[in-house]
Amino acid sequence: MEFALSEEQRLLQDSVTRYLESQCTLDHVRAAVENEVTKHTEVWNGLSDMGIHGIIIPEDFGGVGLGFLEAALIAEALGRTVAPVPFIASCVMAPVAILAAGNASQKDIWLPKIASGETVFGVGVSEQVGRRETNGIQFSDGKLTGKAMFVLEGMSADMLIIADDKGVMHIVDANAKGVTRRNLKTIDKTRAVAEVVLENAAADTLSGSQNNTEALLKTIDTGRLMLAADTLGASEVMIEKAVAYAKERKQFNRVIGSFQAVKHMCAEMATELEPCRSLVWYAAHSVNHIPDESRLLACHAKAHLSEIGRFVAKTSTEVHGGMGFTDLLGLHYWFKRIGLDRQLLGAPELIREEAAVAQGW
Amino acid sequence: MDLAYSAEYDDFRSEVQQFLKEHGHKSPKGRMGWGKTDDEGRSWQQLLIEHGYAARTIPKEYGGYGAEADVLKNHIIAEEFVKAKARPGHSGDPRLVPTLLELGTEAQKKAYIGPTISGEMTWCQGYSEPGSGSDLASLSTKAVLEGDEWVINGQKIWTSGAQYADMIFCLVRTEPDAPKHQGISYLVFKMDTPGIEVRPLVTMTGEAIFNETFYTDVRVPKDQIIGARGEGWFVANATLKHERGSLGDPNQLETRFGALVKMLKSEKIDGKPLIKYPAYRDRLLQLQARVLSMKCNGMRILSASIKDQEPGLCRWIVKLLGCELNHQMAALAIDAMGELGVLYEDSPYLRDYGMWQRNYMLDLGLIIGGGTAQIQKNMIGERALGLPKEPKYKD
Ligand SMILES: Cc1cc2nc3c(=O)[nH]c(=O)nc-3n(C[C@H](O)[C@H](O)[C@H](O)COP(=O)(O)OP(=O)(O)OC[C@H]3O[C@@H](n4cnc5c(N)ncnc54)[C@H](O)[C@@H]3O)c2cc1C
Repeated sequence: MEFALSEEQRLLQDSVTRYLESQCTLDHVRAAVENEVTKHTEVWNGLSDMGIHGIIIPEDFGGVGLGFLEAALIAEALGRTVAPVPFIASCVMAPVAILAAGNASQKDIWLPKIASGETVFGVGVSEQVGRRETNGIQFSDGKLTGKAMFVLEGMSADMLIIADDKGVMHIVDANAKGVTRRNLKTIDKTRAVAEVVLENAAADTLSGSQNNTEALLKTIDTGRLMLAADTLGASEVMIEKAVAYAKERKQFNRVIGSFQAVKHMCAEMATELEPCRSLVWYAAHSVNHIPDESRLLACHAKAHLSEIGRFVAKTSTEVHGGMGFTDLLGLHYWFKRIGLDRQLLGAPELIREEAAVAQGW
Repeated sequence: MDLAYSAEYDDFRSEVQQFLKEHGHKSPKGRMGWGKTDDEGRSWQQLLIEHGYAARTIPKEYGGYGAEADVLKNHIIAEEFVKAKARPGHSGDPRLVPTLLELGTEAQKKAYIGPTISGEMTWCQGYSEPGSGSDLASLSTKAVLEGDEWVINGQKIWTSGAQYADMIFCLVRTEPDAPKHQGISYLVFKMDTPGIEVRPLVTMTGEAIFNETFYTDVRVPKDQIIGARGEGWFVANATLKHERGSLGDPNQLETRFGALVKMLKSEKIDGKPLIKYPAYRDRLLQLQARVLSMKCNGMRILSASIKDQEPGLCRWIVKLLGCELNHQMAALAIDAMGELGVLYEDSPYLRDYGMWQRNYMLDLGLIIGGGTAQIQKNMIGERALGLPKEPKYKD
């Protein structure tokens, strides 16, 4: 019985975190954001050199064949550094969809390209999660027509995975005829979500998702899990920054961390976040090892981290006083990262309802 | 991450299950009684000690089972007892016995541990005073050595169970001139010693759980001190650590969550179960995520303890979050029951023996007792996060 990271997992986490902390500093992030870049080329290639793109892709398809816990550790590290890279959509959700529902040739073609970083995938599942502002994506005669909203990494993607109104997933060339993409500006400039309008766009159906929603659900579950891990990482940093600031900033001739109001804000953030780490580990571990529990756990991880993340984002900002509110300090990048994570793939109330249904309640 | 158990532990689990299958029906049904008055409880405890499911790691010579320490086996025992709804065994007072084992003399261990784990000798904790709660080290009940005896004068308060206890472990000031943390000693003595007066205090639940206890020229043999003179604060802290560990236990959180779900499914408004109402449902799911995360947090602590590592922050938070979570579960139960939720004592229509209101109040006591929530936050802030202490207050 061991509920802890293995030596290899710790090493992976350390090396990715160290790499990102030196190569994806706030200055790098700012520069990317100013140029509307959500796929920071150097960082993306650097991660590729470390084998991160193929983290969950089996070795037979050119990946490294690790599990979802490893993927969650990467997502956490990316959240820590508010990294502008399309990891969740392209390296987790798309391969999950293709592995679960793709045919042999789709796997042979796309998985190695994802693993090498040659192809970036965006993922649009708005037909199936909190559908708004759309009127259904229909599939007939090998063509898709309709509108996908909040397509994850839709702008930087070369290829898209789009779920239609029946829950069937298709691969679509992002630059093909009949595909129009538009960036939807959000609070968080480190990642892009797009509106994708499809007019008789050629689609290569993931046939395993016909009459079978499992693949789609698993794609969504793992996406939620990664968003939870991203929030975990971003929240950790917000707490670290608040504690550091509270030890250094002086008012009334005292460091503010000696004021109990400030100390308790820090203690509450740390207390609330600490069990979240264990929840994310367990939920990620369950995808590979306890699949019966993994839907429920992914729901809980996403919804709970959204709540705690929001609390941490607000409280950490308050600890920083006026400085927390400025662009100068840049704390808002983490605040907004957590804010976007919360809304994507289902906000907490909707997800909790799904969790209730999943238990037959 | 490897949540599987090795064959040795799987076998051990089967043994525990087998035992519970055979003997589980002997487990007392009601609430834990007080030592001597609870015959059924004591014979159950005796049976558990014989099989190694209570007082497991306490050496044989002190009346325990004498097994080697094995956190995982303890964990398996606890889990199986919860599953079987059997009353768990105990290892005597969880604050006192570990202290005796660590710091008691051979004679003290011999005299106290055996009867304590069997339930013949019960204890109360005499720490808090009217003027010294969170600031416990300022306590002023004093003991003076006269010949071969300590002579104790002063008052304690919130002394839980003092009205039933045979013995007390008590903090007294023995070195009035030393700095406050260094002037305290840890004494143990009989509650029927002349000069002790116990006045029960009724709590908000309506029961007298704790007491005021008064000490007037109470004479206690000199050797009934645990540890050295003036070192009582450090002796006591060894036990505070154990107490903090047991409040907010995740097994208990899961049990209560199960009861909450059961109630929300069986109670109905106009024939529709409460669990189908979105507002209650949403709160329930929020609590479930918290219970789950505390369970995972508990596994992480367990895993660290197996490897003899300091679990760090994940241990510091257990009392604070666990007690709060218990309280919130009771709150949801009460809210969802509506008017029925306020019924109490022996009212008609009472649900679950009135346990939700009772727990709602008792949990608040546990949020306060054993180190208040605010004191927990001070400790987490200062010890775990390294934030500076408050400057000393000067008039
Ligand atoms: C159900 C129950 C059972 C108990 N059983 C026992 C027992 O068996 N034996 C025993 O010795 N004691 C027992 N206690 C006492 C318990 O340990 C004390 O109540 C507790 O330590 C708080 O002390 P106090 O009641 O004097 O409150 P106070 O210390 O006066 O606190 C009052 C308020 O001030 C806050 N406060 C105080 N100091 C600080 C600070 N430095 N920073 C921030 N806030 C602060 C507290 O958090 C609280 O909100 C029991 C208490 C309860 C509720």
